[in-house]
Amino acid sequence: MASNKDSFGRTLFVVVGLCFICSVFVSTAAVLLRPIQIENKLLDKQKYILEAAGLTQADEAPLSKAEVLATYNKYVVAKLVNLKTGEWVEGNADLFDADKASRDLANSFKPQHDIASVKRVANTAVVYVVNDEQGQPKTIILPIKGYGLWSTMYAFLAIKPDMNTIESLVYYAFTGSGETPGLGGEVQNPQWMAKWHGKKLYDAQGNLAISVTKNPVVAASEYGVDALSGATLTGNGVQNSLEFWLGDEGFGHFIEKFRRNGGLS
Amino acid sequence: MANAKELKQVLSGPIVNNNPIALQVLGVCSALAVTSKLETALVMTIALTVVTAFSNLFISMLRNHIPSSVRIIVQMTIIASLVIVVDQVLQAYAYDVAKQLSVFVGLIITNCIVMGRAEAYAMKTPPMMSFMDGIGNGLGYGAILMSVGFIRELFGNGSLFGVEILSKISDGGWYQPNGLLLLPPSAFFLIGTLIWIIRTVKPEQVEAKG
Repeated sequence: MASNKDSFGRTLFVVVGLCFICSVFVSTAAVLLRPIQIENKLLDKQKYILEAAGLTQADEAPLSKAEVLATYNKYVVAKLVNLKTGEWVEGNADLFDADKASRDLANSFKPQHDIASVKRVANTAVVYVVNDEQGQPKTIILPIKGYGLWSTMYAFLAIKPDMNTIESLVYYAFTGSGETPGLGGEVQNPQWMAKWHGKKLYDAQGNLAISVTKNPVVAASEYGVDALSGATLTGNGVQNSLEFWLGDEGFGHFIEKFRRNGGLS
Repeated sequence: MANAKELKQVLSGPIVNNNPIALQVLGVCSALAVTSKLETALVMTIALTVVTAFSNLFISMLRNHIPSSVRIIVQMTIIASLVIVVDQVLQAYAYDVAKQLSVFVGLIITNCIVMGRAEAYAMKTPPMMSFMDGIGNGLGYGAILMSVGFIRELFGNGSLFGVEILSKISDGGWYQPNGLLLLPPSAFFLIGTLIWIIRTVKPEQVEAKG
């Protein structure tokens, strides 16, 4: 038996057979569980949108699935925006996948000043409008992303309808294993996130003024946020993401249009 | 079929007498990484127990057919498949915990406990006993993980399973959390202390000096 077991043909048979069985096993599991996983990802994103909108607090007990859905559907409307013109465009914003759209060569562009290392940007982007009880826009949430130290960091920048005052900046996802825990990973620390609340994006002349800074005087002003110690590169990544997405190749035209009209109406 | 005494030995032996972390010092990497909270430690324990038990079962079933020249690769293929399935299940049914465990579920593939039991035990033992051995070793791994997780979460964050036990100063309470316990190195000290205690109580576990 022993010599038979180790023969060339037998070895090949066992290895090929095993690979076949294992691959069927793995792919079956992946295919069967995929719908639930997609639903989880969507729900997770909606949870962070609610947090960015200030509808839930990070340190509160998490909402159940149904509560998240109900709150989201009640207050949040996802809309598509053309980044080049700043105009609303038609389309199903809930199914819009920005990363997938940015790989569609016909409907995306390569930014000239790619300071946030985003590589390609889709022509359209999704914007979440959060309404108050009366159905008036209360917060606008812009999804932004940019490279930190190790990973691309995904965040929701929530601003007031004046298109200037920051409601919050919530980092919700990282590629790979994310930023260094305890250093760059602190972008998700509620105490640091709270520093963004009420800061202004633009100065009186309309120039982008917000900065992640080590200078205590600037950090105390309404245009500065104290940088995380030990996380210079992650902080630069946050700064670059903001500058890119608020610039002309990001949501610049969209924001500009509404700022001229004196806010979102 | 093995008798009850042997079965009990296989199941409970790895918990104290032959603990995979404390005696064999295997699987320490993940024990450092996932023990800052009890919840992640528990899910990791379950994931590892399932993988070890089933990989032992399947490898033991195939043990008379696995050619010795490629046995490690065959074991790895089985273990890797199981780990991917466990990872997929976690992402579907425990998404929040899966996000916190991130790469460590995938790294069960390289966890020495799984490989070690497959090579050392399942290759020469019938399926049922191998399966039980996998569960026993998973429990042994879990016992250490849960003890370390208990201390780290209680004194590092003032809570157990996310339920507040000691109210922290930052929330208006009296307890100043020990930040070191939330960082991976603290698990080194705790595991070291546990090994020390176990070997003081059971001196036969001390390695002979070479």
